[in-house]
Amino acid sequence: MTSPELDLDGIIDDSGTRIVVCCGSGGVGKTTTAAALGLRAAERGRNVVVLTVDPARRLAQSMGLTSLDNTPRKVAGADGELFAMMLDMKRTFDEIIEAHADPERARQILTNPFYQSLSSSFSGTQEYMAMEKLGQLRRSGEWDLIIVDTPPSRSALDFLDAPERLGRFLDGKLIRLLMAPAKAGGRSAFKILNAGFGLVAGVLTKVLGAQVLKDIQTFVSALDAVFGGFRQRAEQTYKLLQAPGTAFIVVATPERDAMREASYFVERLAEERMPLAGLVINRVHRSPAPDLSAARSTAAAEDLESRGEHELTAAVLRLHAGRMQLAAREHREQEHFASAHPTVPVTQVPAMSQDVHDLDGLREIGELLAKR
Amino acid sequence: MTGKGGTGKTTVAAALALALAAGGRKVLLVEVEGRQGIAQVFDLPPLPYEERKIAVAPGGGDVHALAIDPEEAMLEYLEMFYGLKRMGKALTKMGVVDFATTIAPGLRDVLVTGKTSEAVRRRDRTGKRVYDTVVMDAPPTGRVTRFLNVTQEVAGLARVGPVRTHADMVRGVVASPETAVHFVTLLEEMPVQETLDGVAELRAAKLPVGGIFINMVRSVDPTLDGPFDVAELAMGVKAAGLGDDGNAAVIAEALAGEVTEQQRRAELERTERDALETAAVPRYELPLLADGADLAGLYELAEAIRTQGAA
Ligand SMILES: Nc1ncnc2c1ncn2[C@@H]1O[C@H](COP(=O)(O)OP(=O)(O)OP(=O)(O)O)[C@@H](O)[C@H]1O
Ligand SMILES: Nc1ncnc2c1ncn2[C@@H]1O[C@H](COP(=O)(O)OP(=O)(O)OP(=O)(O)O)[C@@H](O)[C@H]1O
Ligand SMILES: [Mg+2]
Ligand SMILES: [Mg+2]
Repeated sequence: MTSPELDLDGIIDDSGTRIVVCCGSGGVGKTTTAAALGLRAAERGRNVVVLTVDPARRLAQSMGLTSLDNTPRKVAGADGELFAMMLDMKRTFDEIIEAHADPERARQILTNPFYQSLSSSFSGTQEYMAMEKLGQLRRSGEWDLIIVDTPPSRSALDFLDAPERLGRFLDGKLIRLLMAPAKAGGRSAFKILNAGFGLVAGVLTKVLGAQVLKDIQTFVSALDAVFGGFRQRAEQTYKLLQAPGTAFIVVATPERDAMREASYFVERLAEERMPLAGLVINRVHRSPAPDLSAARSTAAAEDLESRGEHELTAAVLRLHAGRMQLAAREHREQEHFASAHPTVPVTQVPAMSQDVHDLDGLREIGELLAKR
Repeated sequence: MTGKGGTGKTTVAAALALALAAGGRKVLLVEVEGRQGIAQVFDLPPLPYEERKIAVAPGGGDVHALAIDPEEAMLEYLEMFYGLKRMGKALTKMGVVDFATTIAPGLRDVLVTGKTSEAVRRRDRTGKRVYDTVVMDAPPTGRVTRFLNVTQEVAGLARVGPVRTHADMVRGVVASPETAVHFVTLLEEMPVQETLDGVAELRAAKLPVGGIFINMVRSVDPTLDGPFDVAELAMGVKAAGLGDDGNAAVIAEALAGEVTEQQRRAELERTERDALETAAVPRYELPLLADGADLAGLYELAEAIRTQGAA
């Protein structure tokens, strides 16, 4: 079973492609792929912005991303219109508040301790803000191709699920409940308190203290006055992801866990009717001597060792055997994917002997990504 | 046990627990992220919020496990301090507990570290500690300082009151010389960088840094280290009966490419090792298991931990 080939040049050259999203499980090469595709697309004439999340330090530096200022900067050294930015989730959150609230209210929210913990450590905030930033870049209309990297998380699905989780949380029933007294205004509100609120407030006061409960209420009502629909916002971006100009690229390494995650994600995209371009299998191991099998290589090494000859050659043959076994394991994982998802186009990128940390490295990866 | 995502925190925490339990001791292995990672590495059905024996260590000794669920920990806490068991159930149904532990992430952490600290301090009737050691499969490097630095975290939340008292108890355990925060890393740029950043952060927060476990180390024959002669390799290939005069040279050339690549990687790994050295903490090396980290592999890693004196 072999997969159809993924034609990435076809995708980035198509002026109808407006958004490319690179997803996958942790550490597989999402950021590298996003940056490499961005560079390639720019050098092939597109006006590109790459939104990266937590890039490796040296890679960030090579793109001139030394400060986290949350705005796209032109990448010097790229032969074309390439802009890049690093997502600052807290800043993005702050900016939403600042854009929608009058200064006094914004100040109230930004200094609230709950806002601070929510905006810097709620699991899902990073994903939500990545989507938010994508929406902003798209609305600005300044770029004709936006390439989005997704946050490091164990599961690729988090990118699709987390924003909804934050939205649900902020629009949730309990938040409404807590808001009730503040909305009704001051003391009189206590008359309309329902039993539920009494219970909640009682326990929260006991555990956290009365001040904390008040802080939560202030925060929740200030936030609500700013904009009612976190969820609605997330839904809008979600729609953007279903639009025909979007292409999802799933990245995986040829290992069991990563390929399984890729499978889940591919299935999920289909369910959500989100356009999948294909799968990038990154860090594939190949051998320059593929005709010499692991078994033959091991047998030959044993033979030399038992004769006490050619110590160096025996060591090289053992190295080669290990390499061939690895390649075979990886190949099985790929076949497995191909038989489960026979129509999903695939491209492979070999494992480099070095980290990818400069524009030349990215260019090379871009080349390999597009190679068919 | 902390480290960058996917470097082997859960696996190494499990192996360390086995190593520490070896020879008749009793160790509790705790997980805090609700992912059932421990059950996975020991090939068991999902663990409940309850301490139970899951493995026997080499030479006798027990490993117990506990999957801490923040909601359950909160209920236990409400019951313990306020006798609110029934009401706790109702609150869970309404989502209050989830809400409280979400909007105040410091609260979630203090509940989880609180439960762990309680297990650390627990004594039996004779006054002896119930567990010789407690091993925690902790959150990844990026979050671990915040997670362990509970007093700091709840400071803005509760200046006085029960949560604060609880946090102070946890701080007493976590910052004590009996605690060590270990890191798991691979010999790759990003995990190494995260480890160094994490060590610095912990030190700044005055939390006790333990050692660095370098995981998935590939063993390579030292014969392949230095410069070598392709002609000699070609002769060896021929002697091994893998080719005649003509194609032995071709095969040798291809194999030489593999060696060069291996050497380049080894060089890179040396750079990362040197970088790790700057942290000035003990380092241990754990082999890459050819068949992945199955149960037998865990015992192999435990053995490596013991022979290197990390347990
Ligand atoms: N084909 C490759 N060969 C060798 N190294 C690679 C390759 N692709 C990526 N890398 C390296 O692997 C590391 C992880 O890559 P990258 O940061 O792109 O992954 P990621 O999926 O974005 O990770 P995270 O989930 O942590 O965000 C980097 O150091 C990168 O240089
Ligand atoms: N020494 C080793 N040799 C081979 N495979 C290993 C080794 N250590 C861990 N693994 C494998 O690597 C993968 C990741 O390990 P593990 O789940 O322990 O990492 P983790 O850091 O806990 O990940 P997460 O961040 O997702 O919690 C697993 O498939 C595990 O079996
Ligand atoms: Mg990344
Ligand atoms: Mg884990």
